[in-house]
Amino acid sequence: MNVFAKLYYRLAKGAKAVQLYLIIAGPGIVVMVADNDAGGITTYAATGAKYGYNLIWFLLLLIPVAYYVQEMTVRLGAVTKRGHAEAIFAGFGAFWGWFSLIDLMIVDWLTLVTEFIGMTSALEIFGIPPWFTFAAVVLLLGTIVLNGRYWTWEKIALLFCALNLVYIPGAFMVHPSMHDIVRQGLMPNLPGGFDGQLFFFLMANIGTTIAPWMLFFQQSAVVDKGLLEKDIPWGKFDTWLGSVLTVVVAVFIVVVTGTVLRGVDIVSAAQASAQLQETHHWVGTFMAIGLFDAGLLGAICISLASSWAFGEIFGWAHSLNTNIKEAPWFYACYFFMLLSAGAVVLIPGAPLVLITLFVQVIAVTLLPAALVFLILLLNDKENMGEFTNTPLQNALGGTIVLVIVVLSTLYGMSVLFPGLFG
Amino acid sequence: MRSLSRLVRKFDSINVRYRTPRIGMSPAVRISLMTLRAYLLFLVALMLYKFVSLLLA
Repeated sequence: MNVFAKLYYRLAKGAKAVQLYLIIAGPGIVVMVADNDAGGITTYAATGAKYGYNLIWFLLLLIPVAYYVQEMTVRLGAVTKRGHAEAIFAGFGAFWGWFSLIDLMIVDWLTLVTEFIGMTSALEIFGIPPWFTFAAVVLLLGTIVLNGRYWTWEKIALLFCALNLVYIPGAFMVHPSMHDIVRQGLMPNLPGGFDGQLFFFLMANIGTTIAPWMLFFQQSAVVDKGLLEKDIPWGKFDTWLGSVLTVVVAVFIVVVTGTVLRGVDIVSAAQASAQLQETHHWVGTFMAIGLFDAGLLGAICISLASSWAFGEIFGWAHSLNTNIKEAPWFYACYFFMLLSAGAVVLIPGAPLVLITLFVQVIAVTLLPAALVFLILLLNDKENMGEFTNTPLQNALGGTIVLVIVVLSTLYGMSVLFPGLFG
Repeated sequence: MRSLSRLVRKFDSINVRYRTPRIGMSPAVRISLMTLRAYLLFLVALMLYKFVSLLLA
């Protein structure tokens, strides 16, 4: 075979691999980018403003953490063809099943409220009233899911994921010092020494990286998409790419606020956007657009995570490949979550700050349980066969789960008792 | 009334369907589930304590 023939063969093989990936791509990227939801954007913006570039190294460490947890849902979904809620019911019985399902519903609903807070506050910067944002978002999300095809929904969600990259040009526009980013950000360091506040920020960043709804969402999405065992390597790659993307976006947000808003106390991403607009109009505008997009992506995924979970357990038709007549309860659940959570934001004097804090506390009651169930289910040889966790995967996954459980619990406690860590 | 009884029946059928955990109850699984129960009880106690201390404050 001559050189050209070899080259042609390799290119054709590469093109086929890319084509195949594009068919399978979706759940991993969508769930990971949606993980940078409205609450996440606030956490990253506050981290940059407080510690500059100094915690970038820590964010990079979260890439494998997010990947190893989420890739387990890909294997579990592709092998068992069951969503996470159904897998818990079947694996551990009705008690743990109801506990997970009810807890998921509460966490998802509260998180959805925070997504609406993010979206309405982002568009208020452009003078758009909250009621209009609420109506437009419900209409948009309704149109996306009611098209009756998973494929269409997923590709639209991927478009919104691409919009999340708006933070990258924003970071270049503030002209950060590359030297400082490398020197301060890539060398592991604890700015100002280890104290209660730094610990709180580290825990908050971990808390935004792994959320309970992500486990339920990705596994159900893998099932709805119809991924098979042979697709697992691509599903894993999709998850890896997603976890890199989510952390890259987080790093760029930190760079923006670390460059322009260093030393400013940030309580919300909308506040950061408004303050950025004063000195860097377009950067602030990108930040606000990114915040709206983050809330929208979060809302897309979280409302679906609950609807899928309820559909699995109650035996309703629960696929995006069905229309509203075929799966009325699935869509009713979806719209109930969306409308009720959005309406809370429109109530004058609603305790929105309390709700935001409460999300973090309730999440720690579900996250450890969901993670422990995940590890145990991945060790069920009878069902998982050759895709059972290897000892190395157990060691890695187990360590990550243990660290997340301990830190997210401490984070939840520090939200309940603010003076706990000084 | 009829829809309420239908709902109750639905819950019952779910409880019956998932009555027996399918996963093998090895010592590791048992210990994990026991630890999880203790952990959740601890969290509930913590939240109750916070709630009561807020009421009393």
